[in-house]
Amino acid sequence: MNPVPALAASWVVAKLTFRECTRRKVFLILPIATVGFIGLFALGTHHAFDSAASDFGDAGRGPFDTRVLIGATLLGLSMFVTMFLGSTLGIFLTMSAIRGDAEQGLLQPLVVRPVARYGLLLGRFLAASVLCVAYVMLLYWASVLIVSATGNWSPPQPLLPALSLAGGVVIVIALSLLGSALMPALANGIVMFIVYGGGLLAGLLGQLGEGIGSESLETTGRVTSWILPFEALYQAGLYSLTADTGGLTRFVVQLGPLGGAQESGIELVLWSLFYAAAVGATTLALFTRRDL
Amino acid sequence: MASALVTTDLVKRYRSAAALGGVTLSIAEGELVGLLGPNGAGKSTLVKIGCGLVRPTSGHAEVCGAPAGSAEARAAIGYLAELFRFPGWLTADDVIRLHQQLTASEGGASERTELLRLVGLEDAHEKRVDQMSKGMQQRLGIAQALVGGPRLLMLDEPTSALDPEGRHVVRALLRELRDRGIAVLLNSHLLSEVELTCDRVFILSKGVIVAEGTPADITATKGVEIETDTGVETWPEATREDVPELVEQLVRSRRSVYGVRTMRRTLEDVYLETMKDRERPG
Repeated sequence: MNPVPALAASWVVAKLTFRECTRRKVFLILPIATVGFIGLFALGTHHAFDSAASDFGDAGRGPFDTRVLIGATLLGLSMFVTMFLGSTLGIFLTMSAIRGDAEQGLLQPLVVRPVARYGLLLGRFLAASVLCVAYVMLLYWASVLIVSATGNWSPPQPLLPALSLAGGVVIVIALSLLGSALMPALANGIVMFIVYGGGLLAGLLGQLGEGIGSESLETTGRVTSWILPFEALYQAGLYSLTADTGGLTRFVVQLGPLGGAQESGIELVLWSLFYAAAVGATTLALFTRRDL
Repeated sequence: MASALVTTDLVKRYRSAAALGGVTLSIAEGELVGLLGPNGAGKSTLVKIGCGLVRPTSGHAEVCGAPAGSAEARAAIGYLAELFRFPGWLTADDVIRLHQQLTASEGGASERTELLRLVGLEDAHEKRVDQMSKGMQQRLGIAQALVGGPRLLMLDEPTSALDPEGRHVVRALLRELRDRGIAVLLNSHLLSEVELTCDRVFILSKGVIVAEGTPADITATKGVEIETDTGVETWPEATREDVPELVEQLVRSRRSVYGVRTMRRTLEDVYLETMKDRERPG
């Protein structure tokens, strides 16, 4: 036997993870739940635009552009759910990757093979990322299509929110893998949901701080969302929904409903890349040193 | 003969507890070696260090000339953990195929068929792991450890879930592997199993080797029984070498001798005595 190249091992592990996904009951239920969500979203969107049209007319009335207000709000809501579901999926796929699998005796037969540990880790990361990003893309673009078809409104730069969601989910996966090197599966799952909730809370606090003019609250929210950049990416995605909208409509849309929108630039992209790489390197260092 | 596994003064500490307190041993290629000891003696730790799953605190371990844990060393070993699991949705064939991919084995379907036949699972190619009994899973574990033709096989309690027939299959398999030149380190609680199968035995207690040798050396004679016209007499300290003299003495004293039996200790006797000695204070 000769040592196996790490990338070849990654591919083997990734394929195993893909196959496992098709066997788990949660992945049989997921498509049904997804169709349910999309159906419900379509119904809600239809009624919201219908009601707005009958109340305000097609062009809208007063200080708001109702079409933008409803479209961006609903799409923002969908993004929140999409981010949550994608992150949940990512956490479930990776929360037991190291300590959990080792405690069950699933990991040892693989680790003693002549493959580098980073190859095994990379395989899990890639498989979870591909699956979750694909799922997030499906939900996001389905929502965009529904809003566009029902309300004749589309975000000005539809790709940016998609990329933000994808980046956010990948960072959640990287953090979950890090947690799996430190904690057993259940503890990691719980901690990850707390971290996710913390990120969300940070976004809301920042938005609240902006709304009431509290600089310290705003700073707290902004710093926290950069410490947990999946939240900063989500906020950037929300912001780009109404990038070309002005006035009161934009202000109202950016207030919520679930997390505040924040403008960001290339620095967030660079920070997110650096962050994911640092989390990955830390996970690998812990995994390499861990006695199994 | 080249060494399949060499450890030199191997120490492993978990915080303040010492799992291994300086183990030095060597296993030659084609040798079948048993590792005995009570729970917590350090047997699994020793095997895991050999596999690269655990890093030693100090000391050195080499597998087929490469540092334990290196890719070269792992390429030379097959390992079955005491507690292991394969994903329940995989079939026996899938499990072997997965490990073929992870070892870059080019054996293909013929290797899978051969390995499953070796462990008596020739009819279970398409059987899912979650439909197998614990014993079948253990045999599948041995088959996966053999993927790619390892030079050193490390088995941690490989027969704990097997029925007598399964144990017989595994014993025969281990002897066959030894005949093929594969070194086997067998970590087991089943003393009779080790006595029947192994060329050499190490007894570990509290992280150190307290006895080693061939089963025959370790289970040296434990007295001589001679049947005479007045009944059976026993010389508990006598050995096989003392028999001619004892018989001569009896004949000289005009006793009739009908039979002589040199008594051997079992490995279990030796093991229990060794453990008792270790527990004695001072």
